[in-house]
Amino acid sequence: MKKPLRATLKRGSMAGVATLGAAALLLTSCGQAPDAGSGAATKSDFLGCIVSDSGGFDDQSFNQSSFEGLKKAETDLGIQVRSAESKANSDFETNLNGMVSAGCNLTVTVGFLLGDATKAAAEKNTDKHFAIIDFAYDAPIANVKPVVYDTAQAAYLAGYAAAATTKTGKVGTFGGIKIPTVTIFMDGFYDGVQAYNKAKNKSVQVVGWDKNTQDGSFTGDFEKQDTGKQVTINLLDQGADIVMPVAGPVGKGAGAALKEAKAAGKDVKLIWVDSDGYLTAPEYKDLMLTSVVKQMGEAVETVVKDDKDGKFSNTAYVGTLENDGVAIAPFHDLDSAVSAETKSELDALKADIISGKLVVESKASPKK
Amino acid sequence: MTNNGQSSKDQTPDVPSAEVRAADVALDTAGGAMGPSIVPVSSQSGDPGHQEGNVLRRIVMGNGFVSVLAVIVALFLGGLLIASTDSQVAKTAGYFLARPGDFLQALWAAMTESYVALFQGAVFNAREGFKPLLETMTVATPLICAGLGVALAFRAGLFNIGAQGQIIISATLAAYVGFAWHLPFGLHLLVVIIMGVLGGAAWGAIVGILKARTGAHEVIVTIMLNYVALFLLDFLLNTAAFRRPGDNSPISPRLDETATYPVLIPGSRLHLGFLVAVALTFGVWWMLNRSTIGFEFRAVGANPVAARTAGVKVSRATILVMAFAGALAAFGGVAQVAGTEKVLTGGVAAQIGFDSITVALLGRSTPWGTFFAGLLFGAFRAGAVQMQIQTGTPIDIVLVVQSLIVLFIAAPPLIRSIFRLEPKKKNKTPKAAPKAALANASGGAK
Repeated sequence: MKKPLRATLKRGSMAGVATLGAAALLLTSCGQAPDAGSGAATKSDFLGCIVSDSGGFDDQSFNQSSFEGLKKAETDLGIQVRSAESKANSDFETNLNGMVSAGCNLTVTVGFLLGDATKAAAEKNTDKHFAIIDFAYDAPIANVKPVVYDTAQAAYLAGYAAAATTKTGKVGTFGGIKIPTVTIFMDGFYDGVQAYNKAKNKSVQVVGWDKNTQDGSFTGDFEKQDTGKQVTINLLDQGADIVMPVAGPVGKGAGAALKEAKAAGKDVKLIWVDSDGYLTAPEYKDLMLTSVVKQMGEAVETVVKDDKDGKFSNTAYVGTLENDGVAIAPFHDLDSAVSAETKSELDALKADIISGKLVVESKASPKK
Repeated sequence: MTNNGQSSKDQTPDVPSAEVRAADVALDTAGGAMGPSIVPVSSQSGDPGHQEGNVLRRIVMGNGFVSVLAVIVALFLGGLLIASTDSQVAKTAGYFLARPGDFLQALWAAMTESYVALFQGAVFNAREGFKPLLETMTVATPLICAGLGVALAFRAGLFNIGAQGQIIISATLAAYVGFAWHLPFGLHLLVVIIMGVLGGAAWGAIVGILKARTGAHEVIVTIMLNYVALFLLDFLLNTAAFRRPGDNSPISPRLDETATYPVLIPGSRLHLGFLVAVALTFGVWWMLNRSTIGFEFRAVGANPVAARTAGVKVSRATILVMAFAGALAAFGGVAQVAGTEKVLTGGVAAQIGFDSITVALLGRSTPWGTFFAGLLFGAFRAGAVQMQIQTGTPIDIVLVVQSLIVLFIAAPPLIRSIFRLEPKKKNKTPKAAPKAALANASGGAK
């Protein structure tokens, strides 16, 4: 029994592999060899590094945007780049130590989970610079720049736009995990809807989140799109016709549910988060009302550029509507769904928030 | 016996192979002082429970040489994978015909650089000396502890998939005591360890009790308890008692300095937990090979029906072994919160509970085998950092290589056939069978 199998395996598969390999080589290997002397373009010896949390650089959320920002700095500024993905929380410290021994001038860490590890590494290596995304310390550290976002400001506008656009009088939202960087979206969204109700004497309801009790719908992780789909179907069943998933890639589950609902004849819309979903999740672009955008890549690139130019500071970068660190994306295809009146009201609200006349508050807002 | 294929075919359905029988005999007498076998292992060859034990033992028994070859093959295949993701290799492959030397050079460079970085990150490098080895030992500590728990349960014939949950529960309890209570130096750490271990033991004992009293299968029970533990932790981290004052993030306060394992060698992360892991390895070895209870565990693992006939209280042994397994895994959880992380987060257990299953299998379910398998895994984990940073090899590829190693080790016939080690064994089989039968007949009285 075993012998013939092994023989077949040996002869058959090896011959197959060899043929395949030869074919692949023949097909791909006819290119021209480059000149031996061509040296690389002159590069800066500034070393910018990044350590992800366990989401990895393909999380379609803050790890990815931050990584892309650093990559952009690599091409734009000619710096060198090192990256380390953490697979578990116990990797943070080792990854950071690895970056320090690799000689990184600036190390970007992503997420509150890395807060302690970044602090420890920064205190041990006072000659190195660090930046941490989406986290700020109570007491600033001399060589750590926190990069945080007052996302509630942009989410407020999205909430207002949603309330003005809903046909059912109900809008929905859900999160991935109940952490401040997620709930800040939901708080802002909730307040935006309440602002609309107050201004227009309407009673649009938010399902999936209650700012007062700080309780709502969560899928439990940032991975399972299927759960996102189920939660969205639930929200639709409760009467919502616009849904804002704050769950990274799980948002695609919401997109799938809404797409099915639309195919069944319902008039439903989607609000994306983090990036402009019209561009980053184009398969749902016909559903995309707007997006609550956090410009993380730009912030990282700026921090790198400043440090390279010798202008590093440990003052927190707070992304706001004012400095375009947060924003709402254009309405794109659904432009006609939003009335001109609403648009001008949104502009006025934005101006009020920037001027400080209107303060959007959330328990999760960056500490001042 | 005219042809090998025929005879081995006849044997397989109900009679265990000579190799396994010989192993049974060895197991029976390994107790040494326990005297002649009280468990006539091979006499109940038709019993389903026995068959299950055989499958388990077939996986875990094999020779070390095959393991080494498995590692080599996996490293080679992994090297090819690493090379295939390397941009330089891809570039030079584009003009392979014009200048093949470039391609081969890039291929060699990609394969070797990664493994050199792995070695530098896990064992030794010129800049830091043997500091990376200390890191390897640090990372290996929870894997060894949890691996011992899984291995012990394996030896008693139980598939303990629950190390993950046991780690989470123990880490939760240990961390809570660590940051919420403020006790003097020494006592605090002791209390942290005791609370963690009690938690893990209780979590394991639940499985043992359900298995012994109701016959519930331990695999499903442990998997479900993993979920219970995980989501319980997620829930707790959203309560005020477990969060930092004034912070909404699901992360606990740092454990008190008095609650953590002291660092053994300044400048490294190696902590007292590693010595605990060494002591536990020795303890489990002693228990399995020298103590009555360990003998009972092995007897139950070999054949529960026969063990019962021989006067072993099978249900008591099942509950006890699961409690012990839980306690061992709990030391892994304590090592996480009191040794390296010093805070409690949702990801405190990482994948340790699941990796420990492979560690135990890789170590062939023996205590010292598990210890060294844990070190090997620790080396991979520690080296992966350097591999990523120095050469830009994606960490996923490192994990693929690890998984390949386990895959090859779990399938020794594959390695044997690649290296043509099989024929020797095959000729032996028919001759060895009567001998083993003889040995059984004599009741292993040697």
